[in-house]
Amino acid sequence: MNFGKLIERLAQLIPVLLGVMVIVFFMMALTPGDPVDIMIGEQPISAEQEANLRHDMGLDLPPVERFIKFLGNAVTGNFGLSFFHRRPVIDVIAERLPATIELSLVSIILAILTSIPLGVLAAVKKNTIFDRVSTVGSLFGVSLPGFWFGILLLMLFAVHLRILPVSGRIGYAYEVDAVTHLLLIDSLIAGRLDTFANALSHLFLPALTLGLPMAAILMRVTRTSMLEVMSQDYIIFAEAKGISRTRILIRHALKNALIPTVTVAALETGSLLGGNMIVETVFGWPGLGRLVVESIFVHNYPLVQAAVLFYAVTYVFLNFFADILYTVLNPRVKL
Amino acid sequence: MTEAQPILSISNLQTRFATRYGLVTAVDGVSLDVMPGECVGVVGESGSGKSVTFASVMGLIKPPGWIDGGSIKFEGQELVGMSERSYRSLRGKYIAMTMQDALTALNPALTVGFQIMEVLLAHDSQISGSARNRIRKARARVIEMMMLVRIPSPETRLNDYPHQFSGGMRQRMMIAIALACRPKLLIADEPTTALDVTIQAQVLELITDIRQTLGMSVILITHDLGVVAEYCDRVAVMYAGQVIESGPTKSVIGQPSHPYTQGLLRSIPNLANLDKRIRPIEGQVPELIDLTPGCRFIGRCDVREEACTQRVEMRNIGQGRTVRCIQPKGNVQ
Ligand SMILES: Nc1ncnc2c1ncn2[C@@H]1O[C@H](COP(=O)(O)OP(=O)(O)OP(=O)(O)O)[C@@H](O)[C@H]1O
Ligand code: SF4
Ligand SMILES: [Mg+2]
Repeated sequence: MNFGKLIERLAQLIPVLLGVMVIVFFMMALTPGDPVDIMIGEQPISAEQEANLRHDMGLDLPPVERFIKFLGNAVTGNFGLSFFHRRPVIDVIAERLPATIELSLVSIILAILTSIPLGVLAAVKKNTIFDRVSTVGSLFGVSLPGFWFGILLLMLFAVHLRILPVSGRIGYAYEVDAVTHLLLIDSLIAGRLDTFANALSHLFLPALTLGLPMAAILMRVTRTSMLEVMSQDYIIFAEAKGISRTRILIRHALKNALIPTVTVAALETGSLLGGNMIVETVFGWPGLGRLVVESIFVHNYPLVQAAVLFYAVTYVFLNFFADILYTVLNPRVKL
Repeated sequence: MTEAQPILSISNLQTRFATRYGLVTAVDGVSLDVMPGECVGVVGESGSGKSVTFASVMGLIKPPGWIDGGSIKFEGQELVGMSERSYRSLRGKYIAMTMQDALTALNPALTVGFQIMEVLLAHDSQISGSARNRIRKARARVIEMMMLVRIPSPETRLNDYPHQFSGGMRQRMMIAIALACRPKLLIADEPTTALDVTIQAQVLELITDIRQTLGMSVILITHDLGVVAEYCDRVAVMYAGQVIESGPTKSVIGQPSHPYTQGLLRSIPNLANLDKRIRPIEGQVPELIDLTPGCRFIGRCDVREEACTQRVEMRNIGQGRTVRCIQPKGNVQ
């Protein structure tokens, strides 16, 4: 990977991010409803007070000017104050981010750990019952809408069976010192297994809902690339060498088959960001996704803009990371 | 003294594939013996069943293909129907193979060093001891093998990936892998096709050298009769899934008996017939589906007659030569 290429890739970020910002800004500006009205609600307030509030929030300027001002501030890392929290947007986001990171990481790990072995197995047992069932299963996994599947799980495990909590991230009775802000890790650091178990029970259903589509896609990709790899000459040659079947599967086949899988995993992590908003809302998960959804409803422009920018940057970097991973795994490609 | 036993004895081998167009009989009644230390050339045009015959020997025929009959004996032991486990202990250790295409036969994601080392670790009983010791011993052998096939600075190049090697080097690496455990039989499937003439000669000399030092038998699959003439003790000519002629190289090339072999030799430009016009054999190889019982070459044969539509058996014509033709020409005394 040479430096020039890296700069080039980073430079490509700028138009993408600019485009994202334009779209988000004007879509928000065009949606009916006025944040000042929403804030005032039923309170009695004079016209002068309302004008002041509007000025404070920077909403007295025409949209184009507002946008330019926003861009100018964003470049310096200033995203303004959240309308409702009256605190810097950055702080509000930072507060919610760990919950989202924890949920996403667990979903991704869950998805990878289940999909790769299942995909390999489906390829090895091609055209058997197992293969067929898993094909249908992954089709469901990809096509089930997250909110629907999430609610289904909630009804089954939380409402009917009552073995898992309905919503939230942790029970009220549990608290640990924040070190990483990831509850699973913090509870282990504090040596509190009860807290760990409680956090895990809260995490399980949202992580399952969020990770399912990714697992389904990764399983398909693994199966397809395993089948492709297994018919290659180098696998036949490995057999001619008298290497055991398991070794051939793992050392010779999987290593090649994982190249597309890992790349797709990095890309799918991007789609997971979108899934977060739905899943966090369904499961009352106190993360960034739910915050964004709430903020959209109340026209909290600064927060939505900053969050979307954050999503866009993350997404672009994940793509970038996928490219790098591809080269690292594939000795034939030089970036 | 009793007569030497063949190390490999194929008799009446049938290998078939079920395809969407019908049943393909890729190998139809092939018989071939290979003696210890001997180099046997197998020639035939593309699609004549050379690779499938020896994939059958290696036990590498997979559905939709299967061995439908016949016997393959290695040192007297029957290979057809042998368990996968027993086969595995044979492959790479006693019978080794190099594949037709070196560019695709090496795993792109593994270093070349690893690809030799694993065959040593799988089979070589001298490589023993703690894991660390085994790796150390195996590594020394890897370097030794790479030197044997004349890869420059093996100590560093063993960490390279196949794509960092030239075509000729990959071919030699594949030979190094095949020879790593000093097999008794090497099946070299077109080891030189992709190479230019000088490297081709190097690779063949190398195989010959190693054959003589290790005393192994070699089956050299090729469609180059010149290569056969130079390196092989005996030759088997294949046509449409059958061996149609076999015998000592000198005798077969000097006095080809089957009309197809004669045609093949006529189509090669060499010193002896430079003045004559090269005459490729007219016509095409028959499809291997729905074959008629008669001679496979009948459509292209100049001297065919009525009886050629009946099944033609392999016949012994003396001097260790066999031919599958009802009226073999060429006076073999
Ligand atoms: N997996 C398969 N499925 C169906 N048919 C096959 C399969 N493998 C080989 N065949 C058929 O078997 C026949 C013999 O093929 P083979 O590869 O042995 O030829 P060959 O003599 O090695 O030719 P070449 O010189 O091109 O390597 C061909 O007609 C081919 O179509
Ligand atoms: S058997 Fe008949 S058709 Fe076949 S090669 Fe001999 S003469 Fe020609
Ligand atoms: Mg071949």
